[in-house]
Amino acid sequence: MSAQPQKQPHRHGGGDQPDSADAAQLQGNAQAADRAAELDSLLDEIDTVLESNAEEFVKGFVQKGGQ
Amino acid sequence: MDRRVYGVETEFGLTHRPETGRGLPPDELARYLFRPVVEFGRSSNIFIPNGSRLYLDVGSHPEYATAECDDLMDLIASDRAGERVMHDLALAAEERIQRDGFTGQVYVLKNNVDSAGNSYGSHENYLIPRTTHFRRLSGILLPFLVTRQVIAGAGRVVPADENREAHFAFSQRADHMWEGISSATTRSRPIINTRDEPHADAATHRRLHVIVGDSNMSTTTSLLRYGSTDLVLRMIEAGVPIDDFELENPIAAIRQISHDITGRATVRTRGGDDFTAVEIQRGILQRVSRFVTERGAHHERVGDVLELWERALEAVETGDYGLIDQDIDWAIKMRLVQDVATQKGLGLGHPRLKQIDMAYHDVNPHRGLFHLLARRGRTTNILTEQQITRAMTTPPPTRAAVRGEFLSTARAYSAECTVDWVHHKLTGRPLEAIMVKDPFAPHDDRVDSLLNKLGDRRSALQERSFDERSQDAVTVALTDKYSLVTGTEAPEPPLI
Repeated sequence: MSAQPQKQPHRHGGGDQPDSADAAQLQGNAQAADRAAELDSLLDEIDTVLESNAEEFVKGFVQKGGQ
Repeated sequence: MDRRVYGVETEFGLTHRPETGRGLPPDELARYLFRPVVEFGRSSNIFIPNGSRLYLDVGSHPEYATAECDDLMDLIASDRAGERVMHDLALAAEERIQRDGFTGQVYVLKNNVDSAGNSYGSHENYLIPRTTHFRRLSGILLPFLVTRQVIAGAGRVVPADENREAHFAFSQRADHMWEGISSATTRSRPIINTRDEPHADAATHRRLHVIVGDSNMSTTTSLLRYGSTDLVLRMIEAGVPIDDFELENPIAAIRQISHDITGRATVRTRGGDDFTAVEIQRGILQRVSRFVTERGAHHERVGDVLELWERALEAVETGDYGLIDQDIDWAIKMRLVQDVATQKGLGLGHPRLKQIDMAYHDVNPHRGLFHLLARRGRTTNILTEQQITRAMTTPPPTRAAVRGEFLSTARAYSAECTVDWVHHKLTGRPLEAIMVKDPFAPHDDRVDSLLNKLGDRRSALQERSFDERSQDAVTVALTDKYSLVTGTEAPEPPLI
């Protein structure tokens, strides 16, 4: 079965990474800490799949013109 | 039109990254990539059993043209099947390159710009009635297409130049459009191409060829892109009056809009009014919504299209990108770029972020960043894995099914044949070539009786299972549907 596109807007932003001290104290920030951890793990995974020399990769990606 | 034939042609970027030094030049790499294609079809420009076309285009770009589809989900599945085919071919090319003593990885990117400013496209085809007044159509459709990037663009990290610092833009393709409407494709790219090859009965139909779109990774973005365009075309075909948004300068407008991610850039109409892209889109969406309310939804995804369309406009208008950052390519990509920039303290001009922009479009499901986000649930998906793999071997229920069956049967009997979108010819029976002009027809009696002359298909042909087909081939898309039952002789062609 295919999933339906989400009907409900979901809200989150890049600016909700809490200070670690606050995260421990404030209820509800546990979720934010989870998100921060998830983001860390995402970025780590990206680092493993991307070629380490970004500049060379970008410069090397040259095509002939198409339509 | 209640039923419409759609197709999309995707040109892919291709690059080889060896462990050290320079990669293979584009034409040599393209030859490596297409070796299995040539082995299967004895040409680098072939139709394959799922009814689609696979070829090397201008500038050594691998290109995949979906079979004609009459359903949006079939279209999206067929397009994604093309990505898979390219990925399979890339893996095989990598292996062969290594056997030949080189190293490195082969990248196939479903994007639209390289780092030297070359552009390659994602061209949409919509079958429209010949009776549609073309001047009226373009008057309404052009402003829609110029502003469509805010709901369906793939997003782009634009490097700094002498005029502006690095920034994030809605569209990959906007800067590479040079005209509103014309018949050219490479010389000067128009938003709507008037090259009129309907691949259908030209007395009743024409093919609208739109070359302004960005290649999409997100299936929901694809749905909105094709679904909204189809709805606008329906309204035009129905003769519904629509507000006049004809633009004074569509080409200046498409760039202005692309480079202002806040959505506040205004563009001037011929009537002298200034509107933002969201205002124009909203004007059109309101009219479309009313049209749907009055006439009813013509397919089951109309509600989803309208809902996402509205949500995307709200996101641009309010700057609350979280509303669509799992659904619309540019917003998904922008969130990723911002996350990385924030975490690592990078400015937008940093090559790592440009690399992320490119890697988002990598068709490799293990390495591509869109796929990586999808695995982590950071994108909305409306297509199953099954639908994609099925589309790699199985034509949609349109004329593509006739073509697929024709090809597969002829191949099973080792009968040489030629096909294109319309024609079906057995080389041994040149006088019996058949044109199928109806792109909706999933079946054609004349083609059937021609194939019957090859033998008793029912007893001679055995359908091979998916597993059997995927075992021995580079890609399951380049395998035969039938095997000839042992003991069956391939027929002799008649003497002419």
